Amino acid sequence: MNRRDMLKHMVAVAAMSTASALFPGIVFPNSQFENFISEESLTWKKSPCRFCGTGCGLLIGLSKGRAVAVKGDPASPVNRGLCCVKGYHSVMALYAKDRLTKPLIRKNGQLVETTMQEALDLVAQKMKETIDKNGKDSVAIYGSGQWAVPDGYVASKFMKGGIGSNNLECNARLCMASAVTGFMTTFGVDEPMGCYEDIDHADVYIMWGNNMAEMHPVLFSRMLDNQMRRGAKIIDFATRTTRTSMASDKSILFKPQTDLAVANAIAYELIRNGWLNESFIKRHTTFKKGKTNIGYGLEDKFAFTDEPKEASFEEYKKFLEDYKPEIVEKVSGVPAKDIRFLAALYGDPNKKVTSFWCMGMNQHTRGTWIQNLVYNIHLLTGKISTPGNSPFSLTGQPSACGTAREVGCFTHRLPHGEVTSEHDRQHAADIWKIPVEKIPAKPTYHTVEMFRALDRGEIRFMWIQVTNPMVTMPKLKRYRDATKKEDRFIVVSDVYPTPTTDIADVILPSAMWIEREGMFGNSERRTQHFEQMVDPPGECISDAWAMIEVARRLGYKDLFPWDKSNHVQEIWKEYSLFHQGLDHQMATYEALKSNPGVMWPCPDGKETKWRFHSKYDPAAKGGSWDFYGKPNGKAWIWIRPYEPAAEIPDDEYPFWLNTGRVLEHWHSGSMTRRIPVLHQAVPESYAEINPDDAKELGVRHGDKIRLTSRRGTIIIKASINERGVPPQGMVFVPFFDESLLINELTLDAFCPISRQPDYKKCAIKVEKA
Amino acid sequence: MPVKSYLAYPADGKRDELTRSLQKLPGCEIIPSENTDVIVLITDTPDAEAEKSLEEQLQSMESIKFLTLVSGYEEDPMPG
Repeated sequence: MNRRDMLKHMVAVAAMSTASALFPGIVFPNSQFENFISEESLTWKKSPCRFCGTGCGLLIGLSKGRAVAVKGDPASPVNRGLCCVKGYHSVMALYAKDRLTKPLIRKNGQLVETTMQEALDLVAQKMKETIDKNGKDSVAIYGSGQWAVPDGYVASKFMKGGIGSNNLECNARLCMASAVTGFMTTFGVDEPMGCYEDIDHADVYIMWGNNMAEMHPVLFSRMLDNQMRRGAKIIDFATRTTRTSMASDKSILFKPQTDLAVANAIAYELIRNGWLNESFIKRHTTFKKGKTNIGYGLEDKFAFTDEPKEASFEEYKKFLEDYKPEIVEKVSGVPAKDIRFLAALYGDPNKKVTSFWCMGMNQHTRGTWIQNLVYNIHLLTGKISTPGNSPFSLTGQPSACGTAREVGCFTHRLPHGEVTSEHDRQHAADIWKIPVEKIPAKPTYHTVEMFRALDRGEIRFMWIQVTNPMVTMPKLKRYRDATKKEDRFIVVSDVYPTPTTDIADVILPSAMWIEREGMFGNSERRTQHFEQMVDPPGECISDAWAMIEVARRLGYKDLFPWDKSNHVQEIWKEYSLFHQGLDHQMATYEALKSNPGVMWPCPDGKETKWRFHSKYDPAAKGGSWDFYGKPNGKAWIWIRPYEPAAEIPDDEYPFWLNTGRVLEHWHSGSMTRRIPVLHQAVPESYAEINPDDAKELGVRHGDKIRLTSRRGTIIIKASINERGVPPQGMVFVPFFDESLLINELTLDAFCPISRQPDYKKCAIKVEKA
Repeated sequence: MPVKSYLAYPADGKRDELTRSLQKLPGCEIIPSENTDVIVLITDTPDAEAEKSLEEQLQSMESIKFLTLVSGYEEDPMPG
């Protein structure tokens, strides 16, 4: 088979796999799959996909030192051989023509090439000068949920154990911080209790503001397969009509932010109808209430600390009197009968229910609360931690769980526990062999506040890695202007030029994905190893090794004694010391190398599919459920009210602005827009607008419209009745297009508990341009 | 020299007609599903002009109800 025949086979298999996702049960002639390129001179090696948080297992075809082909790994329990369109083209992201291959330093306003050694010397020198002049909290590292585990671990050890500053954050703050605080406040430990196998057991999937058909297409195809094979039902509960809505058994639209009210109304109905698992509630839950009217974080140095107080079932029941379906219908726009329909699904003792969510609930000024309220529903009915009964928070990035959350790449976190805990600091200090006093006990800046501190001048040096904040920060202009202020020094590690490299003083070219060794951790607690399969181009090095080089230049050689040839293995061994014990034991390096991923906790090499139930989880005691993250083993049912969004449409700005992603593009598009077929499929961003609004404005599909908020304006093409359809009064814009920066308009309001911004709700006006 | 794959869905009752039409087009190969009307179409054209011409022919076919691009590679998919 020649190269051209191989390409034809690849595109054919991609199309057949996509057809399988769109039309469950579809059959193609077996002969089409036989004699494929496996007999060719390719070497196939396993890796998790570079893109979303699903963590699909891929087989990468290698030839003559290059990655030339991709197929789904049939041995992976995540995707069972299927990929989405991004996955099939993932290796092409390695080879676009404008790949950054040499370090660049800004001199007299121009970026000029230099050597890696000189660039690293300059980064170390500037870090030292800044610390000497302004203190250790004037330098910061801002990383990513796309960091591999070794990158995040080195960043944490460097900043917290070396420099002695908690100025470490990552972009996962923008995508799943509310999921973390939701887990922590309800269960006391982070990450989902279930796994993707829940899809094969559940009778009903309820999607809370989650367009899985585009954002997690491989998982959605598994749901469609179950829908077709055994009649599982998909219920879409969302603020706009999407591809997910179209494939669902029922689509229910709600007004932005009112998911809080609807969740409480479902709980009201569960109680009113007696659809409670009373013995479960009594044995495994306790009731709590927190502060209300908690603000939106719009002002600098905003501070909030919740104060959980004891509550009772009777108090909860009385609180829910304000959430009768007919009352909530007026707030949410959801007919009372549909609220009762949802309650009946959750309340049916013969139905297994899995709830899915992602950015809709996470990017929410009451993101922690809405997670609490969905957990309430599962706890009231006892539908949790058993196959098919799962409240399931999905992530968007390949290692938002594995690196950002588990390694703890946030200002308040350590690789195990939090900096505010003396016990956790001592634990880290013992493993890192440093004095415990080295690790500061007080968190510094969460992401939005870190960029505000850069603006105010408290931070003067920032090293940005594997992320593109000059596209993705909300209220973008303020933070872009901050980077340009005098006496700010910005280092950017990335693989392609972006709006963020545009503002850099030093650009370090990164080795990407399979050009280095690493691990990602996906949404179902599965850690997946990938080896270095190809050489990185030019002078590219991994972000972990770049930080080790700089740390050594600053005098922290003892913290990073590893040899380049085996540092990933040594890092994994050291990092695993943080997660000893039944509740979070990680797989061994050897097990990760030989398996298509392993779910933690895996004591004695046995992975745990469902946590918090003794039948499945060796850390759980007592013969049934044990929410061991809380001191008494009981999960918390929270009394949380509906509170409105930070900014709501008014006469001057009458539309909601909702932002998000599309199937073909990964986040800010810096990789997928360089893959021709993905770029051609969606070459530019657009504004979805309701047909009735368009008619009123005299706008037709493809016309240019001007969107304006109190913070900025853009001109963009209108999309009418195409991929998604928002309700009247809402506009939806994808954020992947760096030439149409929708975050010029968004608001930097955030959940006061998680500090995660809300990209789904602000007020704009719409005019024909 | 683009190589691309599409999913083609025929207009009502026109599966056989669509299959025949696609088989006749130069640079086209098809893989019809065995249990649905969906047809996988693979195109292999010598240059961008030929590809554009082929796309125009595909779009003008009355027997096609729905055509969606799935995957594709240019002449050198892995430059550099």
